[in-house]
Amino acid sequence: MAKGFVAITVERCKGCGFCVEFCPTHVLALSSAYNSKGYHPPHVIASEKCSGCDLCGMYCPDFAIFGARHAR
Amino acid sequence: MNELSLEIPVEIPADAHNPVEPFLRMDRMPHIWCPGCGIGTTVNCFTRALLDSKADLDKVAIVSGIGCTGRVAGYARLDSFHTTHGRAIPFATGLKLANPELQVVVYSGDGDLFAIGGNHFIHAARRNMDLKVICVNNLTYAMTGGQTAPTTPGKVVSATNPYGVFEPAFNLVQLAEAAGAAYVARWTTYHVKQLSRSMEEIMKKKGFCFIEVISPCPTLYQRRNKMGDGLDTMKYYKQASKVRHGASTSECGLSATGEIVVGKFVDRDRPDYGELLRGQMTETLGDRYAEPEVMCEC
Amino acid sequence: MHADPKGVLTGVHFLDGDHACCEGTLAAGARFAAGYPITPSTEVVERFASRIPIVGGVFIQMEDELAASIAIQGAVWGGAKAFTVTSGPGFSLMMEHIGYAAMTETPCVFVNVQRGGPSTGLPTLPAQADMMQARWGSHGDYAIIALCPNSPQECFDLTIQAFNLAEEFRVPVMMMLDECVGHMTEKVIIPEAATIQITPRRYTHRAPDEFKLYEPLDDLVPEMVRAGEGYRFHVTGLTHDERGYPSMNVSTQDRSVRRLVDKLKPLANGRAICDTAQLEDADVVVVSYGITSRVAQRAIDLARQRGVRAGKFRIISAWPFPETRIAELAARVKAFVVPEINLGQMVREVERAAAGRAHVIPVTHAGGTVHDPSTILQAIVEAAQ
Repeated sequence: MAKGFVAITVERCKGCGFCVEFCPTHVLALSSAYNSKGYHPPHVIASEKCSGCDLCGMYCPDFAIFGARHAR
Repeated sequence: MNELSLEIPVEIPADAHNPVEPFLRMDRMPHIWCPGCGIGTTVNCFTRALLDSKADLDKVAIVSGIGCTGRVAGYARLDSFHTTHGRAIPFATGLKLANPELQVVVYSGDGDLFAIGGNHFIHAARRNMDLKVICVNNLTYAMTGGQTAPTTPGKVVSATNPYGVFEPAFNLVQLAEAAGAAYVARWTTYHVKQLSRSMEEIMKKKGFCFIEVISPCPTLYQRRNKMGDGLDTMKYYKQASKVRHGASTSECGLSATGEIVVGKFVDRDRPDYGELLRGQMTETLGDRYAEPEVMCEC
Repeated sequence: MHADPKGVLTGVHFLDGDHACCEGTLAAGARFAAGYPITPSTEVVERFASRIPIVGGVFIQMEDELAASIAIQGAVWGGAKAFTVTSGPGFSLMMEHIGYAAMTETPCVFVNVQRGGPSTGLPTLPAQADMMQARWGSHGDYAIIALCPNSPQECFDLTIQAFNLAEEFRVPVMMMLDECVGHMTEKVIIPEAATIQITPRRYTHRAPDEFKLYEPLDDLVPEMVRAGEGYRFHVTGLTHDERGYPSMNVSTQDRSVRRLVDKLKPLANGRAICDTAQLEDADVVVVSYGITSRVAQRAIDLARQRGVRAGKFRIISAWPFPETRIAELAARVKAFVVPEINLGQMVREVERAAAGRAHVIPVTHAGGTVHDPSTILQAIVEAAQ
């Protein structure tokens, strides 16, 4: 099981791509789906690599994603 | 909260919440900033800094001016003040002097703080007023449509310089140091960890502290100059930034596509305005000096 | 509540208006001032600078009037009673922030010791030519309170009243002195602190999650709060709703801006502050304020000696304008004579309130000195015919 998890608030995302680019373990990719505003939100493509570092959350200008460690 | 991962299911604990949300007026979301704008990123860093510095949030006040960055005050769930263009710093001065227990943060943009607000910036720095000034520098007047700011680098095109900017631009970190700031640092929105750490440092340091954060304005500055979007700009920051702690600020000027010197340049100890005031008064008045009780108890 | 004795210099003094005004601020509980030097107002803050470290408070000379006029508002939200002081050119610079104080409903006091204008004008000589500016100087629709003292004693008394009104109505109040009243030296009696009534700041007792910074009470005025107490409130100059959040739409604009003006209506009616005499049988009423009212008194006395039934209406609260009182008088007198040291400002308000039912005769003066009583007398005599 991965050390961490990512939670995405799809409707807040503006598809800027910061989280995808700066995730150190490449957990994310922009999805092909749209939210209601017409943006492509990210989705998790490699959940087992997530460390819960929350760099995605730090970068996200729209407060639409965060990462955290699973409680042990 | 609407959480879903679109294609691959991920286990999310039921009580998980975005650590930034308690600091925001969630009843005002979504905010007005554009896709790829870096202001929201700086707010995440500020939130992290507030958490890590263990500041009493009831005693942290945030004051901003007018502009895109000026809207931060409206979204921060603190005692917050959205003041007039250029005048966040003198407002913050009065606020701090009335209640010195407050940690007063000024959060505003480059045009607001250095064009119309320039005079107030240099005097507050000169006085070493105990204020924490965070300047998000997107090299333009974003809110009003991308006009030239004192920080807009030469040759780029803006709404008021359609044939190209030709005025020399301010070097904000040099200006801050020259005016007397006790702490001067520059980061970009790419440097989220370092920025958070700098913000945490200034929350714990007395005196006039200044952090410049270079940020994209993809809708106006970058778009007009065909520099790509927010992500392209962040990649440029990553590639072009050179961390040089302690560098001479006179060598930290910015240009449109050149090197970006980042780091902490000034961290010195000077008595702040409050200490100077008290020192002078007790020296001349001795026992006759009354402890200032500025807040009215009525 | 009563004044804090620490700020009250009880006794019989020989002071000029500027100095008496400073004592008024201290008696009223002001413990923060920010200023910028400008003749003929500077003595107010110079005295404050020397008094306040002993009373217990802060004075800061800011880098310009723009800074001073907003620093005091920061101090107010930090919990202080605060004021600034200026004259014409500085008053012009402060206009944006007077509007900000009106919009955000920040209680504070602006003292303008009026001098000859426009522009640099006559720095050391009197005028009363900023009266309309006090009311309309900032952009947009809003209202303020303005008081006009006519003696150093009133500079003391009315300054306390200015602070009290600011707190009661959550509004910026203009103290409209002139260079004459500011620089004339007279006896000023400062009473015991226990006899001085102070209006406390209307701090809310509601809990943070129930309190709305712009939710008006029955008198159309919302309660106040200060930073540092966990209210996590928001203040903005943008059009805002009862929570203080930006709400830039037509219905919020209508509701909030009308209330800013309506909340001061009592002062246009029953609560107008004025000083009147000999109105019962008056044919001609002399409407004046500030130093001109002292000269006008002489003219009224001379007129009465000649058998002209002249009466005195001295405006003390100039804004909101005491339109109800003037309208009542207009119904039964022949004329109003309005001497002012300007080319006709408050006279327009008298005309408006009189609505054609009485003649209104301005006695203008471009500034630099007070009227000669004979010019006012002449106008009274002509009006009576």
